[in-house]
Amino acid sequence: MLKINNLHARVEDKEILKGINLTVNAGEVHAIMGPNGSGKSTLASVIAGKEDFEVTEGEVILDEENLEDVSPEDRAHKGVFLSFQYPVEIPGVSVTNFMKTAINESRKAKGLEDMPAKDMLKLIREKSELLEIDRKFLSRSLNEGFSGGEKKRNEIFQMAMLEPKLAILDETDSGLDIDALRVVANGVNKLKTKDNAVIVITHYQRLLEYIVPDFIHVLHDGKIVKSGTKELALELEEKGYDWLKNEAVVK
Amino acid sequence: MAYTEEELKKELETKEYEYGFYTDIESDTFPNGLNEEVVIAISKKKEEPEWMTEWRLEAFRIWKEMEEPEWANVTYDKPDFQAISYYSAPNKKPKYDSLDEVDPELLDTFKRLGISLDEQKKLAGVAVDIVMDSVSVATTFKKTLGEKGIIFCSISEAIREHPELVRKHLGTVVPQKDNFYAALNSAVFSDGSFCYIPKGVRCPMELSTYFRINQAGTGQFERTLVVADEGSYVSYLEGCTAPSRDENQLHAAVVELIALDDAEIKYSTVQNWFPGNKEGKGGVFNFVTKRGICEKNAKISWTQVETGSAVTWKYPSCILKGDNSIGEFYSIAVTNNFQQADTGTKMIHLGKNTRSTIISKGISAGKSQNSYRGLVQVGSRAANARNFSQCDSLLMGNECGAHTFPYIEAKNSTAQIEHEATTSKIGEDQIFYCNQRGIDTEKAIALIVNGFSKEVLNKLPMEFAVEAQKLLEISLEGSVG
Repeated sequence: MLKINNLHARVEDKEILKGINLTVNAGEVHAIMGPNGSGKSTLASVIAGKEDFEVTEGEVILDEENLEDVSPEDRAHKGVFLSFQYPVEIPGVSVTNFMKTAINESRKAKGLEDMPAKDMLKLIREKSELLEIDRKFLSRSLNEGFSGGEKKRNEIFQMAMLEPKLAILDETDSGLDIDALRVVANGVNKLKTKDNAVIVITHYQRLLEYIVPDFIHVLHDGKIVKSGTKELALELEEKGYDWLKNEAVVK
Repeated sequence: MAYTEEELKKELETKEYEYGFYTDIESDTFPNGLNEEVVIAISKKKEEPEWMTEWRLEAFRIWKEMEEPEWANVTYDKPDFQAISYYSAPNKKPKYDSLDEVDPELLDTFKRLGISLDEQKKLAGVAVDIVMDSVSVATTFKKTLGEKGIIFCSISEAIREHPELVRKHLGTVVPQKDNFYAALNSAVFSDGSFCYIPKGVRCPMELSTYFRINQAGTGQFERTLVVADEGSYVSYLEGCTAPSRDENQLHAAVVELIALDDAEIKYSTVQNWFPGNKEGKGGVFNFVTKRGICEKNAKISWTQVETGSAVTWKYPSCILKGDNSIGEFYSIAVTNNFQQADTGTKMIHLGKNTRSTIISKGISAGKSQNSYRGLVQVGSRAANARNFSQCDSLLMGNECGAHTFPYIEAKNSTAQIEHEATTSKIGEDQIFYCNQRGIDTEKAIALIVNGFSKEVLNKLPMEFAVEAQKLLEISLEGSVG
């Protein structure tokens, strides 16, 4: 589904990604771990098409299509979803209105009519129940005055509504208490099918107890320095990232 | 394509005036220039009684001695008042009994504006009195209103048919000598609307008037007078569009609202006059005086969505004379390219327990300048007067300006006055967030702007709110799609 070949990217003059190779197939869950500043969030932004980052080499391919000239909104229409580490506030725009606009814009891009209000309501009801979200929450302005946990839950609610092919969760666990973490993780697990894929970006092994990855990759200084199965996370928890940093230097 | 400031700016620049077309209708137009003879001729043309002619002449004499005001935060070449024609009317027939008699080209103009009379007639709940180049050419729903004793007609007709009402109220809220433009308007007003709601009557429909400037070089001087008698209620809508023109067109309207004891008037405006092109050439000068007076327990709400005009100078105000009266002002002002707006309100608290609310949302883009200017004045006898003001500004790009000039004068120590203000900018992060959810930049800006303006949009009557939202999008988006 997703194939990243020798991806280099920089912001202004600073090179952040220095040759990433990654293949994600439908039905898989991948975790990307690594210390601060290793390029995890940059990788997420580059896949989503944020133009602050300049791709200097390599490519991102989604379903055989090179995404190089594809706008962020078209990537979204093709099924790429990014759960933001720091979701932005949009005052005066309710969660419901925002989702309605997002869904109908995607439908428009596919040549479909707006979703009938009845279906939209049904969808909202289903997905808010799935994530244990109070309906009143949906009429509040997007992320305005939301707690950290509410913001992250709202991101996963949007993911549920948009049913993406490839979901990238950027530090979704940060700022969540253990109960919220469980709700969010359960939501993600329920949305998982054999046709979609999830990339989980995280610092800690904790989230991976709830969302169990098929593969784990460790990012260091813009490169994937180690890949493995879920056991790798435990090893990292035990030995810390320094172990891999040293190993990378030795290589 | 991701959003950058540069791209946004480019998009905004390429926006063209959607309603920019010109309808060629034979007009009965006076030669340029203004003197006593012209004032008398206008009055005569409109078959006015002598007291009206005298009133106009008095205004003209006052105006001659006045200077054009310069305190507003706007710069423009002052109009040459002798180079303007002060009367123009669609002339084929002075009056129409039915739509069939209306000039087909005029009807076509309305259709292109999306306000086909046919549709309007069928739209239950909306009566339309259309003013095109000064003379009312169609009035609908008059019968239904008549049954309730409501008078809704052109001001010229009211002067002929209901002189006692007009004479009693005209100029009582905005006197001839009030200011330069009001004096000019009083001397030469061509037409406008008149509305009277009798005691205890709740007007069953939204009253609406569409104004339109159509004749090259013709200033438009509308005069509106709304009188709500004791315990009555009326909601009045005013919407404007104008064809594109090279030279600046002057518009100096006067609106007077009178809410007697326990009455309520809601006055909503959507203003979309030609703002000039992206180089700042052309566009309407909109110098308007709007003011209402509230007697005991009365309430006046002004709601305005201002997206058009090259220069706007407008302060819909409330004189809260009666005890317990309420004044409200809800405003969205959008400026783009080289537009300049200096707009706001005055809340004059005279009675006891009077309350006022001011919500102003300014959106500036391009190289435009957007100013809020407001006065909250509490008189010495206005015990327990309360005011809440909120002024928010949204900036797009780095070349526009937002300014706030709040004035507060309290002469009674029991007054409570609050003022809140914010300034924000549409962020690239907000745009990218929307993009990532599949919403393109253009739509994202519309969404953010609508969210910003929501508190005011919510105050508009339903059918107007939809139109206003569309206008905000047109005013700020690129020409894509």
